[in-house]
Amino acid sequence: MSLSIGIDIGGTFTDFALEWQRGETLLRHTLKLPTTPHAPEQAVLDGLPQLLGGVGALPRDVTRLVHGTTLATNALIERRGARTAFLTTDGFRDVLATGNESRAAQYELFYRKPAPLVPRRWRLPVGGRIGAAGQELAPLDEAAITRHAAEMAAGGIESIAVGYLHAYAAPAQERRTRDLLGALLPGVPVSLSSEVSPEIREYERFCTTVANAYVQPIVSAYLKRLEAGLRAQGFTVAMLLMLSSGGLATVETTMRFPVRLLESGPAGGAVFAARIARDAALPCALAFDMGGTTAKLCLLEDGVPRTDRVFEVDRSYRFAKGSGMPVRVPVVELVEIGAGGGSIARVDATGRLAVGPKSAGSEPGPACFGLGGNAPTVSDANLVLGRLAAAGFAGGRMMLDAGAAEAALLSLAPERAAEDLAIAVTEVVEAGMAAAARVHAAERGAGLEDRVLVAFGGGAPLHALRLARRLGVARVIIPQGAGVGSAFGFLWANPSYEAVRGYPGSVAALDMAALEAAFLALTAEAKRVVTPALPAAAPLQIRRSAQLRYRGQGQEVTVPLPVVAPGAAMLEAAFLDAYSAQYGAPIPGVAVDLVAIAVTVSGLPEASRPPPSATSVDTLPGTTTRSLRDPDDHAPIACRVLRRDALMPDAVASGPLLVVEDATTTVIPAGCTLHVDPRGHLVIDLPAALPGMLAA
Amino acid sequence: MIADLATQLTWDRLIALAEEQAQALLRSAFSTTVREAGDLSAGIFDPRGRMLAQAVTGTPGHVNSMAESIRHFIAAHPIEAMRAGDHYISNDPWLTSGHLHDITVVTPAFHQGRCVALFACACHQVDIGGLGQGPDGRSIFEEGIRLPILRLARDGAFDPTLLAILRANVRRPFEVEGDIRSYCAANAASARALAAMLAQQGMADLEALGEEILTRSHRATLAAIAALPRGSWSSRLRLDGVAGRAIELACRVSIVADEVLVDFAGTSAAVPRGVNVVLPYTRAYAAFGVKTVVAPDVPNNAGSLAPIRVEAPAGSVLNAQDPAPVAARHVVGQFLPDAVFACLAQAMPQRVPAAGSSVLWTVQLRGGPEVVDAEGHQGRTSFETVFFNSGGTGARPGMDGLDGTAFPAGVKAVPIEVVEANAPIIVWRKELRPGSGGLGEFRGGHGQVVEVAALATDEPIAVLAMFERCDNPADGAAGGQAGAAGAVRLSSGATLAGKGLQTVPAGQRLVLELPGGGGWGNPAARQAGGAEADDGLD
Repeated sequence: MSLSIGIDIGGTFTDFALEWQRGETLLRHTLKLPTTPHAPEQAVLDGLPQLLGGVGALPRDVTRLVHGTTLATNALIERRGARTAFLTTDGFRDVLATGNESRAAQYELFYRKPAPLVPRRWRLPVGGRIGAAGQELAPLDEAAITRHAAEMAAGGIESIAVGYLHAYAAPAQERRTRDLLGALLPGVPVSLSSEVSPEIREYERFCTTVANAYVQPIVSAYLKRLEAGLRAQGFTVAMLLMLSSGGLATVETTMRFPVRLLESGPAGGAVFAARIARDAALPCALAFDMGGTTAKLCLLEDGVPRTDRVFEVDRSYRFAKGSGMPVRVPVVELVEIGAGGGSIARVDATGRLAVGPKSAGSEPGPACFGLGGNAPTVSDANLVLGRLAAAGFAGGRMMLDAGAAEAALLSLAPERAAEDLAIAVTEVVEAGMAAAARVHAAERGAGLEDRVLVAFGGGAPLHALRLARRLGVARVIIPQGAGVGSAFGFLWANPSYEAVRGYPGSVAALDMAALEAAFLALTAEAKRVVTPALPAAAPLQIRRSAQLRYRGQGQEVTVPLPVVAPGAAMLEAAFLDAYSAQYGAPIPGVAVDLVAIAVTVSGLPEASRPPPSATSVDTLPGTTTRSLRDPDDHAPIACRVLRRDALMPDAVASGPLLVVEDATTTVIPAGCTLHVDPRGHLVIDLPAALPGMLAA
Repeated sequence: MIADLATQLTWDRLIALAEEQAQALLRSAFSTTVREAGDLSAGIFDPRGRMLAQAVTGTPGHVNSMAESIRHFIAAHPIEAMRAGDHYISNDPWLTSGHLHDITVVTPAFHQGRCVALFACACHQVDIGGLGQGPDGRSIFEEGIRLPILRLARDGAFDPTLLAILRANVRRPFEVEGDIRSYCAANAASARALAAMLAQQGMADLEALGEEILTRSHRATLAAIAALPRGSWSSRLRLDGVAGRAIELACRVSIVADEVLVDFAGTSAAVPRGVNVVLPYTRAYAAFGVKTVVAPDVPNNAGSLAPIRVEAPAGSVLNAQDPAPVAARHVVGQFLPDAVFACLAQAMPQRVPAAGSSVLWTVQLRGGPEVVDAEGHQGRTSFETVFFNSGGTGARPGMDGLDGTAFPAGVKAVPIEVVEANAPIIVWRKELRPGSGGLGEFRGGHGQVVEVAALATDEPIAVLAMFERCDNPADGAAGGQAGAAGAVRLSSGATLAGKGLQTVPAGQRLVLELPGGGGWGNPAARQAGGAEADDGLD
């Protein structure tokens, strides 16, 4: 018996996904409950008995329990973390405040920078200095640490971050500091920059370390309460946590490095899409998730989401790059843009229509919600076009007001027809997502045309086919279970951990034996994290990588390496391959430098599963129609409406079609063909040639 | 009037193309100035040389100068003679962006056999030969290698002679050449993307779209100007200047029928040191100052810039004539928004900030055998390095100024760990300077203290000083007080000059105290909550 449960706590809903392999049958069950922000574990502990009761199982039947939460993210955004102090190199206490000394908005005279997590009063300077080569230039001022400890005790400090310059190259002073603090302030958690994010660039490393310390007490306390609650209900399995990287870790690891939990929800979505892509044997895909406020896009290669090393939390100025707080940890690489169902449309000074990033949120929400909102939103446009029905939204729990939607749209340009404005709003928002996808792919040297678009989340299926056309993508998949995609992604993820270390040096002059020893040390470190999250003696996958660059060049390239003792020729060849793939021709005559090395240890990915045996059919496909206005047609057309839960595997249909389910509606334009695959996913093919489509 | 959908979507796509071009440059460039600091600009121009779109990255001095420079490229190399695979280059201060250190590369984009657009980028080099980036030059000839507008590549093949001459004249040849190749690659990639976009949409060129963009932007700026009070206001701004001679910037802003006129008549004459400004750079920063107040949200292009007219008398420090020295022109040019604000504040006090530290404190350091101190210590390893530091910005009506933040420049600080990994120097201190923000109902931003020395205690280094506001702090506005003045000294206490090549003797540190921004409003009116905002810095 193998019963798995994934639980994703989001800002609004707590999603549950259950998979139960009973003999030949794979049973899937989902549940959505409102999140309980004051005590997030409450929704989890309320939902689990309902979920298990629904299938007649007991807590001890559960052999896998995976969890992800926005708790850490919300604590950062709402500034609800612990009272934190930051010990840093004397002379650099304001790095956190000044950052890169720039403004994310060039022309904005009234720009406001977000306040640092730790005020100046608690950014405490400590004498001692490491040089760029890791050499000690000045000894650690241990007396200063003793003095600061007394102040911190008196000031009620609950968590401490330590970040010294060049600690990524020489962690000894940071470790010594922790030892001293352990004796002086027992019980107060200490985060070291050389452990949390051991990479060059002090502002990013310090921010990451401080964020880790800031959310640590809140996350630890929460996880302890949740574990106790689970034990009380009779669960025996050890819970695992979803990390930003798309890998899983134990509760113990997460409590040490809670900053790695920040993007767990989106990472779950990416893993979900990746699994769909792997099952369908797609070499490369593009995951597309759209909710009420934002849309997220992620490139998948060989069924694996791309990962990055740094992202921003809480972009405070119109979602602008650089207006948030940088966090440098392994993360599923997502482009997030301020475009969702609630995004507000307006006309700017030049007469251009702009959509988002400002959102009407869920309160007051789009005008059509009838909750007092009167700004025109993407959802209002979808309603006016017939993509959404006034009745039947959110499984019929909410009645939409078409009149309010029209009036809101007309406020943009009263001389235009509401339908034309609705088309403009949806086209602009889709073009914006297409542009973001294209810029992102271009930055990575990746193409988009050969990809399959995997769309999930409440908003994505409404826009996926139009987006696919803009991107030149030929096939779209709307997966089964798309409404709780992240929670399913949790179930399908693998225990995995990346250990990284700054390792500056010229490739030609490196001591290769020392480098191999460093790789082995990182392997051991990552194994220690991963093994407890796996069954005993489970096989491990070990992957090495190096960050390399031309001497003097700005951006490192992350280069995968074979697991063998490294040599200069091997490193250089691997770098040149990766460089050429990303930027074109290599540059002759320039030396190659190593910046950092990393080892990822993970469990072996599960083999792709056979499609489940056909499930039973409750009703025949609906035969109702709805009037739909397609942007390419001049008049509304009568469009067939099918119910998703009535579609059997191997069903085939041609657009124009609307496929409705509780969480979303899939809009399938004329010319497209729908096929329901054996797993219940909607597979939609676009016609080969599409004239007149604007490639914006 | 709301734009039609096709115009809107292609316009957005064009802005995204410029952004892609800038991102490609950031990733592949070699110079720390470009890759870490983002000291670059990228834009798309129509075949008549009018700027249609720009990347939001970078610094206004570049991008608005570049906006003027493309017509010089077209004059030197007519569009009809350009071919796909060509790249053109120049760093002529009077034709591009005001000093030799900025290299501009222009690449034509072709579609259906016709040149439909030009992609241009301008990026700051750490070194371009000559005396280096400092104010010591007596003429342009001492400031480095000067490239007139030249064809850098034909049919994708680079001119080996041009590159060889360039490499032989700069201190960091690999960086300079690597950067130039990166610029060309970024421009070419964007040119291909533009052609693909036109093909997909069945457009022959950007003619109609360009007109629409420029007309709409022009109209939007005019509408913003129409809402302003009419009149004429003047200001005088005194700068430390160079070699013992202060510089006065006289500014008059007039808002008349359908334009904003900025006239610098009465400004000091050009000086025989490299702080002079060429007219395009003067226009760039003055127009930027106007635009931030008048129409910050209208996209920056030839149409939106047209109603802002900027004039400065020939031969003045703001319209220096060839062959005047100009290497450190930013130390004067970056004050132009302050000069404009001081005028506009008289008309619209609630929309304009107090003066700030304004000029970047660019720390340009040199080491090696070129550097010998009074004791006879000589540098061993040759290096040339630069990092950017910012003082405080002026307080805003309703908001404090920003601490240690660049304005009007748009560049980023280079991480100190990267600075130290690239050159044998140690930055011992870089932190905010308490008490340096001008008091007011809203306080000016704080400056910083920066201390830097050679890694080897027995080697001297040289600083190419180009610092400002040491004698003339940033004024407050509406009753606010001035920010603290800047200071340049050695750790021994000896004072250094604010400008010029000077030696930091072996074992000494260079100590920089960066100026704070001016305060806004009467200090007595500061709310109790302000103390919290001061966060231990008052």
